[in-house]
Amino acid sequence: MEILSKIHARRLVEWSKDKPEVYLLSADLTSSCEADLFRDTYPERFLSMGIAEQNMLSFAGGMARQGLVPFIHTFAVFIYRRAYDQIAMSVAYPNLPVKMFGFLPGILTPGGATHQAVEDISVMRSLPNVTILESGDATDVESVIDVAYNTPGPVYVRQLRGEVPRLFDAGEPMKLGVARKLSSGRDFILLTSGICTEEGMRAVPALRDYGIKIAHYHISTLKPFDQPRIIREIAASKYGAITLENHSVIGGLGTIVAEKMAEAACGKPLFRLGLQDTFAHGASRRYLMREYGIDAMALIEKVKEITDKPIKITESDLTETYTPAVHSTAKAEAL
Amino acid sequence: MKTQTKNRIQKMSSGIRRRVLAHTLERNGGYLSQACSAAEIFATLYGKILKLAPLNEPLLPEMFRETPKRGFPALTGAAYNGNNLWGYDNFILSPAQYALVLYAALIEAGRMDERGMKLYDRDGSTVEMIGAEHSPGMEVTTGSLGQGISQAAGIAFARKTINDPGRVIMLMSDGECQSGEFWEAVQAASYHRISNLLIYVDVNGFQCDGKMTTVMNLEPFDKRLKSFGAKVHRINGHNIEDLYISSKKVSDEAPTFVLCDTDPCKDMDILRKRYPKYHYVRFTSQSEKAEYENFYAALSKF
Repeated sequence: MEILSKIHARRLVEWSKDKPEVYLLSADLTSSCEADLFRDTYPERFLSMGIAEQNMLSFAGGMARQGLVPFIHTFAVFIYRRAYDQIAMSVAYPNLPVKMFGFLPGILTPGGATHQAVEDISVMRSLPNVTILESGDATDVESVIDVAYNTPGPVYVRQLRGEVPRLFDAGEPMKLGVARKLSSGRDFILLTSGICTEEGMRAVPALRDYGIKIAHYHISTLKPFDQPRIIREIAASKYGAITLENHSVIGGLGTIVAEKMAEAACGKPLFRLGLQDTFAHGASRRYLMREYGIDAMALIEKVKEITDKPIKITESDLTETYTPAVHSTAKAEAL
Repeated sequence: MKTQTKNRIQKMSSGIRRRVLAHTLERNGGYLSQACSAAEIFATLYGKILKLAPLNEPLLPEMFRETPKRGFPALTGAAYNGNNLWGYDNFILSPAQYALVLYAALIEAGRMDERGMKLYDRDGSTVEMIGAEHSPGMEVTTGSLGQGISQAAGIAFARKTINDPGRVIMLMSDGECQSGEFWEAVQAASYHRISNLLIYVDVNGFQCDGKMTTVMNLEPFDKRLKSFGAKVHRINGHNIEDLYISSKKVSDEAPTFVLCDTDPCKDMDILRKRYPKYHYVRFTSQSEKAEYENFYAALSKF
């Protein structure tokens, strides 16, 4: 598996060279959010805002009213939790092109409850005018910048940093509203997002060995979500749909799919894997994914429970996963 | 202050720096400059200023069980401090990334079992990298910077309503004072005359992105605070006597701030090579690590 490092940092500099209207706003996490290269390359378009996110978001709204395109860079959690009203009234209501790049989505960080954005999709999704995107691999990380920029209005991105695996062809960039189909099958329809897609890709072939065929979709546009074809596939499936996400099951991908299934009178069960209405704590990514049941094994256990088949798959049977080291030169700290 | 006391606190300060350095070497990373700047503040707080609840022996941190929810009330690290007892002090650590320094201070003060440090940032442990309220010595969750002071003010207000003589004493970092909530809290604590709130600020002048004046300026910090109605001392944050005396010179109708001007490389000159990035130390080469190992070996001789 190809592993790439600091993709966002390099891509952003290259991409924005002919976009003088793009400004980067940072809240004291510049290196941690891979904005350091942009700062050093275009210092005149870099605004240090200090540890003061509420001001940063409304300030960005003001800039956007005048035709600039502010790119917010900080940890995901500090965008939506610390500055929600500012986003709602200074950015979302006037439908301004403020592009919010939130790093360390979900339980990607050992920083604990204060640093883990586990309900950001839920919160941001209920704001009118906001588009929500999430990267799941290196190709997504590279292309989400373009999608965010070319989508009118405010965009919130769950972005990955540091060392990221390439799961999708570099020549097939992320497209707004387009789900990536990764496998076919009629037993289950699996929808995954973000880092959980890699988990789904590990589990699906192992389950196929037991005769369980799964159609797997990677969802990178969480809002708007308009996938009538997938909902029809769910309706025609044997067991129904499974969602797997690095987020609370309330308000995220699981909820999004539930709403669409209900509206279409789909008549099939939905199984939601994600954080079950809980905060988390500080520990390593792998440990937390296991503890909160959002890894490949959690998916396999769920399928086993639903199908009641004698599935005997262990972690060692699965294809290797890429887990970045806690200490890596691709990260500014150990968060 | 007696010479004996001063020497004891001085020894604790050195111990805090040494422990955090040892840990940083062991894990190839750590919040080392925070130990350099705040060692005397922590040592004077835990060694002299704070009124701490009695302990029979140092506590061994428990493993993580649950986040607070129905049937599982919030567990806090208050037992390492005043344990929320009448007449004893609360200690609120606002910059939760200083937890490593807090843990070292708790060991030096005989409040936490030395083995607790081995649990730092280990899966399933409460000795978290970014201290949460279940972590040793932490009483509230403060890692979203700026919220510590507001919670501390609320606790102090509540203690006042029942005439509890215990104080709320907190340690803040300077960077977090850039947030709007910080100034809202000072405004409210002054307006409501919350005089049982004593705040030490580690003014080391650096934050994650570098030197604070290049990120977002806070100066003249003391004048700004005074204009918000607080009582303010500005001292050398490595001077143990001044740190202690400031805790006695508090206002009886406003919160008191002790702005501690500190050096993020204090007693560790080799750190200066990393200027202006002190926030998190990870060794970038074997030779750099060897340099710190040699420095540590020399320290340990004393």
